[in-house]
Amino acid sequence: MFKILERKDLAPSIKQFVIDAPLVAKKAQPGQFVILRIKEGGERIPLTIADFDREKGTITIVFQEVGKTTKELGTLKAGDYLADFVGPLGEPVDFPNHKKVLGIGGGLGVAPLYPKLKLLKQKGIEVTSIIGARNADLLIMEDEVRAVSDRMFVCTDDGSKGRHGFVTVVLKELLEQGEKFDEIIIIGPPILMKIGAEITKPYGIPTMVSLNPIMVDGTGMCGCCRVTVGGEIKFACVDGPAFDGHKVDFDELIKRLQTYREEEKMALARHEGGSCKCHQ
Amino acid sequence: MPSINRSKTKTPMPSQDPKERRKNFNEVALGYTTEDAINEAQRCLNCKKPSCMEGCPVHVKIPNFIKHIAEGDFEGAIKVIKETNSLPAICGRVCPQEEQCEQRCVLAKRGEPVGIGRLERFAADWERNQGIKTPEKTSSRNKKVAIIGSGPAGLTCAGDLAKLGYEVTVFEAFHEPGGVLIYGIPEFRLPKAIVKQEVEFIKKLGVEVKTNMVMGQVLTVDDLLEKEGYDAVFIGTGAGLPKFLNIPGENYLGVYSANEFLTRINLMKAYNFPETDTPVKVGKRVAVVGGGNVAMDAARSALRMGAEEVYIIYRRSEEEMPARKEEVEHAKEEGIIFKFLTNPVRIIGDENGWVKGIECIQMELGEPDASGRRRPVPIKDSEFILDMDTVIIAIGTGPNPLLIKATEGIKLNKYGYIETDENGKTSKEGVWAGGDIVTGAATVILAMGAGKKAAQSIHEYLQNK
Repeated sequence: MFKILERKDLAPSIKQFVIDAPLVAKKAQPGQFVILRIKEGGERIPLTIADFDREKGTITIVFQEVGKTTKELGTLKAGDYLADFVGPLGEPVDFPNHKKVLGIGGGLGVAPLYPKLKLLKQKGIEVTSIIGARNADLLIMEDEVRAVSDRMFVCTDDGSKGRHGFVTVVLKELLEQGEKFDEIIIIGPPILMKIGAEITKPYGIPTMVSLNPIMVDGTGMCGCCRVTVGGEIKFACVDGPAFDGHKVDFDELIKRLQTYREEEKMALARHEGGSCKCHQ
Repeated sequence: MPSINRSKTKTPMPSQDPKERRKNFNEVALGYTTEDAINEAQRCLNCKKPSCMEGCPVHVKIPNFIKHIAEGDFEGAIKVIKETNSLPAICGRVCPQEEQCEQRCVLAKRGEPVGIGRLERFAADWERNQGIKTPEKTSSRNKKVAIIGSGPAGLTCAGDLAKLGYEVTVFEAFHEPGGVLIYGIPEFRLPKAIVKQEVEFIKKLGVEVKTNMVMGQVLTVDDLLEKEGYDAVFIGTGAGLPKFLNIPGENYLGVYSANEFLTRINLMKAYNFPETDTPVKVGKRVAVVGGGNVAMDAARSALRMGAEEVYIIYRRSEEEMPARKEEVEHAKEEGIIFKFLTNPVRIIGDENGWVKGIECIQMELGEPDASGRRRPVPIKDSEFILDMDTVIIAIGTGPNPLLIKATEGIKLNKYGYIETDENGKTSKEGVWAGGDIVTGAATVILAMGAGKKAAQSIHEYLQNK
C-alpha cells in the first residue's frame, strides 16, 4: 500500500498528489512514469512523474479527471492509500550538450514538462517555456515552471490569461523571429504535439514529444502501447515515452487512443450513476 | 499387491461438456476420482529401469509415486512427488507429458501410456483437499538469495532454496505473484486458486514475496549484491516483448498481442468488466495467428468472452503444431476452426482504423528447415480474405530489455537471451538465470527444471563462499 501524503487541487478537475514511495523516488529521473492501481479490481494507469524528492522519498503525480479511474482517484484524500504504485518506468531523458531549450506544455502536459525543465535549469541550460490551457482556471503549475524558466509565455485558448491563443502561436512567432534552440520539448494532447512538431520540422530543430498511449503492464510485456516511430513499431513503455516528434505517427496514436471509448463511457456513466449526487 | 489393469487405453479424464465449457472459464478437465486414479495407477508396470523418469525435467520418481496411488496411499504418493517437484498441481495440468514422461512409457509402444500427468494432478489435488501441512523450517544459514520474477522458474528456485535454509526474497513486477501462471495461462486450464495456494506454500517455507518491483528500474542486480546484502541472485524474468508479424495493418484497432489479450483477461479480469475496470474487445469473429499453447489459450479465451467464430491461423500443418496435443483436442471440441498451412500477409482495416479482415496466403510444405520441420512455402496466387473483428498475434516473444539493460557484465546470446552454463550460472559472479529469459519462450516445466538446477548450483556456491 502506498500512502497519499498531500493532495492539492490545481484546477477544478486537475489534482496533484504527493505519494510516499521511497524506492521509486530513489531511482526516479525526469521523463519517467509510474503505473498505479487504486484498489483490487482496478485498472493499471500510467502517469508521468511530475516531481520527485529522493530525500523525502516522495513522488508527485498530477492527473486530470477524465474517466472512471481518474475520477475515483480524485475522490481520495491525504492519508488514503493506493493499492499499487510501480516505477520508475520508461527511459529517462537527458540533454547532454544543450545550451538553449524551449519547453512547451499544453493542458495537463505542463506536469510532465516540469521535471524536464527543472533538469535543464539544474544543468545551467537556458530555458524558455510556453505553457497554456483552455482557460485561466485550467492552467497548472505556473509558479513552478516560472521558477525554472529564464523566460516564460502563458497562453489561454479563451484569452482569460496571458496571450489569447494556442501555445503553438507563440512557438511559431519565436521561430519566425529567428530564435534558435538546441531542442524543443512539446508535451500535451496528441493533436498539440502533432501540430507543434509540424511547425518545428522545417526549421530542423530536434523536437521531443512524450506519448501517452494506452498501457496495461508498462514493463514491455504486452505491446498495447505500441506506436509507430520512423516507420518502426516502438513500445512507449520501454522505448519511450519520449520520442522524436518528427518521426511519430500521431494519427495512428490518436486513433489507437479511441480503442475503448465505448467502454470508458460506460464505466464512467456507471460510476457517476452510482455515486452521491447531493453536492452537484 | 495391487492388481494389474491391462487396458491399452488411459482411464478417461472426466471433463466439462464442450457445449457448456465454451461459455465458461471453469476448469475443463475435472480430475480423476479416487477410483479412476487407482484404476489408472494399476496400469503402471513399475519397470525396473523406468524410462519415463528420463523424460521428466525435474526427475519425479514416477513409478514410485504411482505405486503408492495403486495401493491407495495417496499421502505417500504426494510425498514422493514433492521430493523433487514443488509445484505438482500445476505440472499435472500444464506439462506437455506426451513429449516427456508419457512419451517414454513402455506401454506407449502398444497402446496409450500411463496417464502420468493425470495421476500427478490427482495426488496434488488430494493433498490440497486434505489441507496442505505447513512444512518444517530448516535452520537458517544466514545467507540471502534474491529471486527476480515469481513465475515457475522463480517459485521453484525460491522453494528449493528456502527448504535448504536460505533467506529468500522474490521480487515480482506485477501486483500479483505467479508470472505466466497468473497473467498467461487461463483459469479454465489452470485455476488461479491453485497458483495462489502454491505461492502460499512457498511463503510458508519462509520466502518473502515483494510485488510491484520492476527490477532493473527500481533496484538493479548490482544493488541487490552490493547494497541490499544478497549473496546470490536468480533471474527468472520470463518472456518479454511480444513479437509481431511485421505485415501491414498490425496497429489497427482490434489487433492484440496474445500477451496483451490474455493479460487483460487473466491478470486484470476483463471478463468481469465493468465490475472490474480493465476492458477487452473481442468482437464476433476472431483470428488467432500461431500454433502454440498461447495461441490455443487466446482462441479458447476469445470463445469464452463471447466470440461467435474463432480461427487459429497456422502456417505449417497440424503435425508441426507446437501446442500440447490435449489443448488442440480441447480447442477442436469447443469449435475452434483451424486454418492450417495458412499465413497472414496483411490486416485490413476500415476507415476508422478498426480491423475488418485478414488477408492470408495458402502454404505448402517444402524441404525441412533448421528446426527439422518442413518449411512452409507460399502457393502463388492463393491469397484469400477472412472477415474479422479481432486479430490476436501469438507467434512468440523476445527477451524483455528492462533488467538485462540495467545489468552490467552479463553475457547474452545472439538472440539477446541470457547465456548460462548447464546449471544456470551466468557470466556474472553470484548471478544465475533460468526459464524463458534463457531459453526463449518454452514450457512451465522446463522453467521449473532450470529453477531447480540453479537452486542446487547456488547452494553449492554459497556453501563454499
